Amino acid sequence: MTAMNPQLNKNGELQHLLTIDGLPREIITAILDRAVPFAQPVKGEAKKLPLLRGKSVFNLFFENSTRTRTTFEIAAKRLSADVINLNINTSSTTKGETLLDTVDNLAAMQADMFVVRHASSGAPHLIAQHLAATGSNHIHVVNAGDGRHAHPTQGLLDMYTIRHYKKDFSNLTVAIIGDILHSRVARSQIHALTTLGVPEVRVIAPKTLLPGGVERMGVKVFNDINEGLRGADVVMTLRLQSERMLGALLPSPQEFFKSYGLTAERLALAKPDAIVLHPGPMNRGVEIDSAVADSRQAVILPQVTFGIAVRMAVMSMLAEK
Amino acid sequence: MKLQIRNGRVIDPASNFDKQTDLYIAAGKIVAIGEAPKGFESAATIDAAGCVVCPGLVDLAARLREPGFEYKATLESEMAAAAAGGVTSLACPPDTDPPLDEPGLVEMLKHRARHPEFAHVYPVGALTLGLQGERITEMAELAEAGCIAFSQASCAIVDTQVMLRAMQYAATFGYSVWLPPVDPHLARNGVAHDGEVAARLGLVGIPVVAETVALSTMLQLARETGVRLHVRRISSAAGLEMIEGARAAGIAVTCDVSIHHLHLCENDIGYFDPLARFDPPLRAQRDMQALRKGLASGAVNALCSDHTPVDDDGKQVPFAEAEPGGTGLELLLPLTLKWGREMKLPLARALARITANPAAILGIDAGSLKVGAAADVCVFDPEAGNRITREGLKSQGKNTPFLGHELQGRVRYTLIDGHLAYDGSWN
Repeated sequence: MTAMNPQLNKNGELQHLLTIDGLPREIITAILDRAVPFAQPVKGEAKKLPLLRGKSVFNLFFENSTRTRTTFEIAAKRLSADVINLNINTSSTTKGETLLDTVDNLAAMQADMFVVRHASSGAPHLIAQHLAATGSNHIHVVNAGDGRHAHPTQGLLDMYTIRHYKKDFSNLTVAIIGDILHSRVARSQIHALTTLGVPEVRVIAPKTLLPGGVERMGVKVFNDINEGLRGADVVMTLRLQSERMLGALLPSPQEFFKSYGLTAERLALAKPDAIVLHPGPMNRGVEIDSAVADSRQAVILPQVTFGIAVRMAVMSMLAEK
Repeated sequence: MKLQIRNGRVIDPASNFDKQTDLYIAAGKIVAIGEAPKGFESAATIDAAGCVVCPGLVDLAARLREPGFEYKATLESEMAAAAAGGVTSLACPPDTDPPLDEPGLVEMLKHRARHPEFAHVYPVGALTLGLQGERITEMAELAEAGCIAFSQASCAIVDTQVMLRAMQYAATFGYSVWLPPVDPHLARNGVAHDGEVAARLGLVGIPVVAETVALSTMLQLARETGVRLHVRRISSAAGLEMIEGARAAGIAVTCDVSIHHLHLCENDIGYFDPLARFDPPLRAQRDMQALRKGLASGAVNALCSDHTPVDDDGKQVPFAEAEPGGTGLELLLPLTLKWGREMKLPLARALARITANPAAILGIDAGSLKVGAAADVCVFDPEAGNRITREGLKSQGKNTPFLGHELQGRVRYTLIDGHLAYDGSWN
């Protein structure tokens, strides 16, 4: 049941990108290295590379996300792929075509790659296993975010950003602030950081927003933001979904900002050259203060640029296999 | 018909009998062990050399999926599975569609199950109408129709006033009440044990406190009402500890565990394997160890298959959307043997957990080989390999995390009231 890492082929090469959990360090580094030339500013015709010419990339979005879908679309088009966007609205109450029926149909349309966003944790794994079981293993699956589980390209672009500004992972203290419990981004960041050898990964959150057993993912848990930020080299903020802001997890967005919002005053506790990341879209005044979001320490817009480069790197690497 | 089972290792856990000998059956009853009764002439002989001859297994929870879920399984398919698994008596939970909350449904089920090759079926009636936890059912009527206990299946009673009244009413007539130890609020939306694996995979967790909080309520109400309480599917070390404490304090409480929770834990979810989705969830390894020890010591009274045929549509979906449960009737014996071997228990003690003990919980005359008892007998080869495959399973539910596993122990013959219900001697 747990024997093989389903995203590697029998030669240990990347077959699908499903999660960063269990991904060897060499593969992560290879993706980041490959993204470097893609991140260079280019103009006009030179923007397009022929690496995915003739390939069909299907963006299968079972959950809405214009932003992530667009970045994948841009990345695929820069690699000269044909991109087909499918927004499939599903809810467990409306019984329509099953997930695997949809996959079978699209596989029959000569797809080469599925970029999958789904509300259920593990849906991309299920698709990858199904493709293997039905002899369609030539189709690659890229997880574009599944439930609370993983958002590996986001994790990778964050690593790219950190490496760009800090060069070396081996002496960093990284603090992740906010809703760890519901965040697939946080999980992917944690696995990437620990795999790349970051000596201290901290998570900062109230107890209601931390999953049970989180410390066994190799992180140090802080409930106090001031303590958690002290001496940090990298500060990663997370988006707080609006449905979490009112209820039993948090009393109000105002109180969250009061206790866990990243303000300039708090950021001053981190190293003077600390950088601030956010996966977007930001809730200004909830998880991050505008003064920080617009400061020189924020690298939030470069993240977006690097995100396209990293997605190009992942897709081109998969297409070679 | 007169029948002799020759040369087997006859084990009767109820009387701690364990000896190489012969068993004699006439008119559907066991008439002698050891020496043939005077003038006994057998019409047929079963050669049980190398095999164990034990009471037919008694399963506390086997879903036959009738009425309502015939597309997942039918009485015929699941009765064939029971016989192939050596199970001769089974209790079926009321979570059918509609639930077993009125006498007509129970009578129909009993009627449909009346067949010489079918295991004895003991319906467990719904404790509340529609299992909704609001109004209690006509328990006396249901008992008359054949219900041997009253249960909520896996549906918790939210309203504690209703739980108290249901227990009082059941206690009035001496019926036992079976409840799932789960607080529905703490378990809300949960699909896996709230621990390391759920945290890593991003699955919504069900914390152990969902079990202990619910237990605390039901144990106190059981003390208050004096009802016979049976806690179905205990899953955690902490929960088991509470039950032992309650028992020490004089509360009449029994509990069972499923074969899955005895052999699997949260790690078996692996990469979101929907076959490992169970209700209650597979918990941490230390919980599994506590349940294994507890079943050996007697703190857990019985082991059940929690047989739940689930079709492929229910499993070929993302983990959180998968239907909980798996097929179990044909795994009950080999998984009991596996646990017994691993715990280094005498065979009779291991078998007691699936024969005499569950029969006592059900309050039925079964699970023993005493002279005069119904000839419900299981003859199995404890050494024979048993590879679990979809094709090999008689149950219509082909889904179990044990698919592909090589288990030990194979049923050769199953007798129900002296009638040969299963012949696996060709295997």
